[in-house]
Amino acid sequence: MSETVEKPIEELESVIIRFAGDSGDGMQLTGTQFTNTTALLGNDISTFPDFPAEIRAPAGTLPGVSGFQLNFGSRRILTPGDSPDVLVAMNPAALKVNLRDLARGGTLIANEDAFTAQNLKKAGYASNPLEDGSLNGYQLIKVPVTFLTMQGLKELGLPKSTAERCKNFFALGLLCWLYDRPIEPTLRWIEERFGKLPEIAEANSTAIKAGYYFAETTELFPKHYQVKKAPIEPGKYRKITGNEAAALGFVAASRLAKTPLFYGSYPITPASDILHELARFKNYGVKTFQAEDEIAAVTAVIGAAYGGALAVTGTSGPGVALKSEAIGLAVMVELPIVIANVQRAGPSTGMPTKTEQADLFQAVLGRNSESPVAVVAPATPADCFAMAIEACRIATKYMLPVFFLSDGFLANGAEPWKIPALSELPSFAIRHASANGGETFQPYSRDEETLARPWALPGTPGLEHRIGGIEKANLSGNVSYDPDNHAAMVKLRAEKVERIANDIPLLQVKGQPEGDLLVLGWGSTYGPITAAVEQAQHEGLKVSSAHLRYLSPFPRNLGEVLGRFDRVLLPEMNMGQCRMLIRARYLKDVVGLNKVKGRPFMISEILAKIHELLEKGERA
Amino acid sequence: MNESNGDKERGQTEVLSLTRKDFASDQEVRWCPGCGDYSILAQVQKVLPTFHLPREKYVFISGIGCSSRFPYYMKTYGFHTIHGRAPAVASGLKCVRPDLSVWVITGDGDALSIGGNHFIHLMRRNIDLNVLLFNNRIYGLTKGQYSPTSELGKKTKSTPMGSLEQPLNPVAVALAAGATFVARTIDTEIKHLQQMLERAQQHKGTSFVEIYQNCPVFNDGAWESLTDKATRSDHVLTLEHGKPLVFGKENEKGIRLHGLRPEVVALDAVAKDDLLSHDEKLDDTTLAYMLSRFDMPQLPVPIGVFRAVEKPTYENLMQRQIDVAIETQGEGDLEALLHEGDTWVVQ
Repeated sequence: MSETVEKPIEELESVIIRFAGDSGDGMQLTGTQFTNTTALLGNDISTFPDFPAEIRAPAGTLPGVSGFQLNFGSRRILTPGDSPDVLVAMNPAALKVNLRDLARGGTLIANEDAFTAQNLKKAGYASNPLEDGSLNGYQLIKVPVTFLTMQGLKELGLPKSTAERCKNFFALGLLCWLYDRPIEPTLRWIEERFGKLPEIAEANSTAIKAGYYFAETTELFPKHYQVKKAPIEPGKYRKITGNEAAALGFVAASRLAKTPLFYGSYPITPASDILHELARFKNYGVKTFQAEDEIAAVTAVIGAAYGGALAVTGTSGPGVALKSEAIGLAVMVELPIVIANVQRAGPSTGMPTKTEQADLFQAVLGRNSESPVAVVAPATPADCFAMAIEACRIATKYMLPVFFLSDGFLANGAEPWKIPALSELPSFAIRHASANGGETFQPYSRDEETLARPWALPGTPGLEHRIGGIEKANLSGNVSYDPDNHAAMVKLRAEKVERIANDIPLLQVKGQPEGDLLVLGWGSTYGPITAAVEQAQHEGLKVSSAHLRYLSPFPRNLGEVLGRFDRVLLPEMNMGQCRMLIRARYLKDVVGLNKVKGRPFMISEILAKIHELLEKGERA
Repeated sequence: MNESNGDKERGQTEVLSLTRKDFASDQEVRWCPGCGDYSILAQVQKVLPTFHLPREKYVFISGIGCSSRFPYYMKTYGFHTIHGRAPAVASGLKCVRPDLSVWVITGDGDALSIGGNHFIHLMRRNIDLNVLLFNNRIYGLTKGQYSPTSELGKKTKSTPMGSLEQPLNPVAVALAAGATFVARTIDTEIKHLQQMLERAQQHKGTSFVEIYQNCPVFNDGAWESLTDKATRSDHVLTLEHGKPLVFGKENEKGIRLHGLRPEVVALDAVAKDDLLSHDEKLDDTTLAYMLSRFDMPQLPVPIGVFRAVEKPTYENLMQRQIDVAIETQGEGDLEALLHEGDTWVVQ
């Protein structure tokens, strides 16, 4: 590609880059394209898109800043990284919001054209930080991105605003050269995406090439960097986000169960992408139903389950609050539904685009009366695929509602996913009741192993029966106010959930099976916990980790695992909900590390707590 | 799942020989003595055998309230759901099981208060369901509070000095929401009630039937002027498609339009051609809506079919999109789906 003298190339083990700009600057797109290219090169990756809830907050202001961080390397990458090595700031507001995270001595690439008096004022800068020496602790590289983009596109004769909008592709081209990534995958993507708008396609292609060649030529960048392939397990890979993986998991479950998928949902951040994905899969027989509200979404799903579909609803915490009564109905009528809750910071509307794990109580306990359900939680974006299948398997086998607890961090974050062979996927056969030759049908008869009642579909001759939210007599399913029957049914519904423990994997401990400290986690804290514990183990500390993907019921060896460690630390993005459940059940004094900032844990935060606990332990 | 059309099942011998008794469950009916619900249950059990569908194809879905106990008394599939949500449960069921004949049983509080949102969205989607709304203008199961159809000033336990709210008119709401089949009948008008049930079953799309029903305990006589033999013929206007609007003991009165205002005229003074004629098949809902607003004392209360127009059903459109997707993209292959997009191989 180069016509000039080759610049030297230096090898790096891993790099953390954050793209930051105005919500209208296309930073999510830039980050995603850089990620896709990087994935194709065989690096391990983890990403963290961080954007405001406002579609377009006023341009140039602090609330309008949108960021995309990715960590990629030639080694295993478990998190999007604590602090970026490189910050690309497209305007003063992006710099102001993100500078505090940039590693000391890190590289700051700033679009100097955007540092106008007006923009500086909007960001609250009294003087231009690019000029006043306040950034001396960083490697500041000022690039006139807007000017160079306009220059590059001059000959296309586009309106000024259209040309200027291509500056994110210029920045992408620049970063591609700097980290030795090809631009061809993005050029192909532009062709596919904007094929019908040849002017836009040409403008974007020209901008990315301009950025690439500028970086190659300019003396601002005396060298560039290379990150080799990571030693990843052999296989075929694709990049996947948590919401994409969940959608694929539900389709896969539908195929495995040979049962058509019905997905009822009401749009809500950050769960809507599951609906968007599934709406594309009509040729898989998937029926998506955008309901009039959250309650209609879950009740339509209950109706679909009653009719024999694999029935799933997706939402976030506020939606679950509205669905609670209906979930109780599904508990009572013992129909299989899956509720995917992509958690976000709350309470109430909270921070819709920010992550949190504070709906665990809501999932486990959040309904009137004794209303037990199963709860599973994926650990990584790609794990959403496996756990979506698990949720469907458990729901249909045990005839009950199952929560799939994802969160904003998993939903939007991406990582490489080793595509499983179909033969590796769990098989689960679904049985429907059929006429039993004259005997009166008992809709609440029980499977001996699972205690599940039969799934008897309307339309089956001879099985006509009535179900409902009123307490049922066991076996006959008739309305019953009998005190002993109610007590027995309450216990039976709980026992049904407990028996799932015989049907799920035991909790695995990473590291020594016993020791001074176990760091226990659930859900999206897997990455930072694993990285922090590996670091601590490397330092010679007697620390192990274990991760819960099943929260109701817990794996049946959890109590025993807890007993093998002197202390247990449980980091979670809430005020200690899993910790309280575990303390209540196992009487183990678990220590919490609780973060409720709408942001995932940093490795260093967990590592610091590990150090603190073990130092204290030594003193004691 | 059996997705075959219910019509194909016709001709089965056991279907032809079904009687009213075959649709009565073994559960004791527990409505108050004299409740209008008894009549509705009896008429439903009477007409179902005439539809020649196998019993297992029927599903009755209800919400909460006195009327919502209905499914327990039917020897069909039945689902007593939660307050206000029966339309949504039924919608989900019908989307995945177009082969079933699905009936929603609801009341004025269930459908129009707590379930108002689902009700209007069901009407606009035109899913092929039958909705029977038992309107007694009171909350019976909770023992006598005013309902969304109670008249302004209604004195109840929760409104000792009178209700402050204008009542909703269920037929008008259904029409405004775009319902393709809208009818009204009365619990005591046995033949008419049966006819409306038949018409509802015949209609492809959402069929809404409001049934004026008496609650002898908490709101006795709510519809008395329409059911009392002495006043009935002067107060009730029976709608018939293509026929002029006439009523009265001797059909001696009619409705004429004076500008945009309907008025009662004596037939001996007016030619029949000058009377307003009913047309249930109009796509435009203006006439149907005007009729829905007829009320005593100025105008008689219409019963019958206000609107019956053919439109594609939601579940058929949903299935058609799937069929088109399969035609154009081929039947989905899970292997191909998992490998969709950019992939790379690690050796």
